[in-house]
Amino acid sequence: MTVTVEIARRGTPQAPRRWVCPKCAAEHDPAAVKENLSVCPACGYHQRIGARERIAQLADEGTFVEYWSHLRTLDPLDFVDLEPYPERVREAQGASGLTEALVAGPAAIGGTPCVLAVMDFGFMGGSMGSVVGEKLWRAAAIAADEGRPLVAVASSGGARMQEGALSLMQMAKTTCAVDVLNDARVPFVAVMADPCTGGVVASFVSLADICVAEPGALLYFSGPRVIAQTTREQLPDDFGGAERNLALGHVDAVVPRAELKDRVANYLRLLKGGGQPDGLERRGSSRSRNGRTRRLARATSARVAAAFKNPGREPVGGSGTAPGSPEEPAP
Amino acid sequence: MNLSEEAERLQGLLKSRRHERRRHDTWLTVQIARNKDRPRTREYIEQLIEGFEELKGDRLRADDRAVIGGLGWFDGRAVVVVGHQKGRTLGEQTEHSFGMARPEGYRKAQRLFALAERHRLAVLTFVDTPGAYPGVDAEEGGQARAIAETMLAMARLSVPVVATLIGEGGSGGALALAVADRVLMQENATYSVISPEGCAAILWRDAEFAPQAAEALRPTASQLLPLGVIDRVIEEPRGGAHVNPEAAARRVHDAIAEALTELEQLRPRERRMARRERFRQLGVWGGEGLLP
Repeated sequence: MTVTVEIARRGTPQAPRRWVCPKCAAEHDPAAVKENLSVCPACGYHQRIGARERIAQLADEGTFVEYWSHLRTLDPLDFVDLEPYPERVREAQGASGLTEALVAGPAAIGGTPCVLAVMDFGFMGGSMGSVVGEKLWRAAAIAADEGRPLVAVASSGGARMQEGALSLMQMAKTTCAVDVLNDARVPFVAVMADPCTGGVVASFVSLADICVAEPGALLYFSGPRVIAQTTREQLPDDFGGAERNLALGHVDAVVPRAELKDRVANYLRLLKGGGQPDGLERRGSSRSRNGRTRRLARATSARVAAAFKNPGREPVGGSGTAPGSPEEPAP
Repeated sequence: MNLSEEAERLQGLLKSRRHERRRHDTWLTVQIARNKDRPRTREYIEQLIEGFEELKGDRLRADDRAVIGGLGWFDGRAVVVVGHQKGRTLGEQTEHSFGMARPEGYRKAQRLFALAERHRLAVLTFVDTPGAYPGVDAEEGGQARAIAETMLAMARLSVPVVATLIGEGGSGGALALAVADRVLMQENATYSVISPEGCAAILWRDAEFAPQAAEALRPTASQLLPLGVIDRVIEEPRGGAHVNPEAAARRVHDAIAEALTELEQLRPRERRMARRERFRQLGVWGGEGLLP
């Protein structure tokens, strides 16, 4: 907050600062761009946005409560490259105002209570380490417990190298978190924002019930540089782009930011709106249903037995709905 | 005064020597893990599995030779075996894409896992890959989702699942076959989120720093055991598994047999829940005491 104020003050004596679109080079008033959800009003270029701005755009006003911000990043490997890992984390915290690359907690979207988990690319490239994995696990766990859908907005370069194999394990951990959601039959909607790559897209994000991408977002597991180095293949111009992924069948829709909240809200209502029984009733919990199943089974085995006694009169196998079969009405 | 300065200097020296030693040892392990004569999945299947019947294809479009699998007998019980296959000669390595699987390979693994679940067969996997195949066709064929779904398929199994890392455990491409009840790792195998060269290129901006990156990533079995990433280190003959493949295979056999016997004591649902719990606990974080 204070940072923003300072920048504004420093800017006032000169001409008002303009925002220049990196795609169409049109100049705009930064406030107007922000008002337009950080999308270029001229060409529709979707600027990357941080977790706080994303939450403000998606969650109903005043409904989001941040949970688990007390979880602290540790340095289990004593990782030092050109700079020690704890230094890099402190810098990212200072620059972003966040404690880690994922911000999560309960919220409501379009009136539907849910759990919202949003990644921030500005925090060490949105990389997934132990804390991100643990927060996502907890988000899924309370979603499953309380029957609230999970909405995840992913924007990440992948697993966090500085935690070595432990960050690789977060791919398995978050996959197990989706398993928990699936077992509880709790909806999971993922939004893929630019960029969405590496270990994050190859784990929980791709396993969502519904996966949508923002226009222009890059989505891939191995990036163009790695592909060029390893296989020296010629890459298509729009390799990894959201629109190309839509054509290839890897995402359900490409949704402009202006429509995102309404679309997600609608998905949640639809996924929660079926009301059909789950088919997992224990024996005895639904006597009439079981009775019907038993009668059907008896009828079927009688038919099969009859067919064996009189081969040629009735076909055996298939679903038993042979034309003229007396017990089964024609569909 | 002088004494304490001298002590500090010596301690600093000792620390840097330890670093050098660790860097040397880690880099040596990386080399042994990649040694072209090292026994591969195929060799372990020949040594450990009786009457192996290879089953090919993903039932969708192709048979990826970077992943091999099938049915066979391990210590008197029928099992499903799935593993990355790297190959040893250049011809074999090309045929098997150096063990780098495409989506077709992961989907083949998934259908073999489904087969195992349907017929109540334990699953043994062997992990040996530099990583998933990084190509346009693989990417556009759904590489990311193929890996994610393979992990989920493993997480959902209720039969016993034992994974053994026998060479390179490169990133998500390796993990896709290692969401197991027990993860065993040979002494000179490696398991890492990124290759030392890839890590050096990004963080040091120069692949020449691969030995430094390898040291920082701590990818060896003895380093991963205390973190809970693996459950057991399997010793190798002096010099590495390639020096005496039969002896190496015997030790792998004993470790898998022990793990399977333990796992067979559990009920199917217990196994699945324990596996989920195993992976839930992975990671290191602080701050738990900060909230009531």
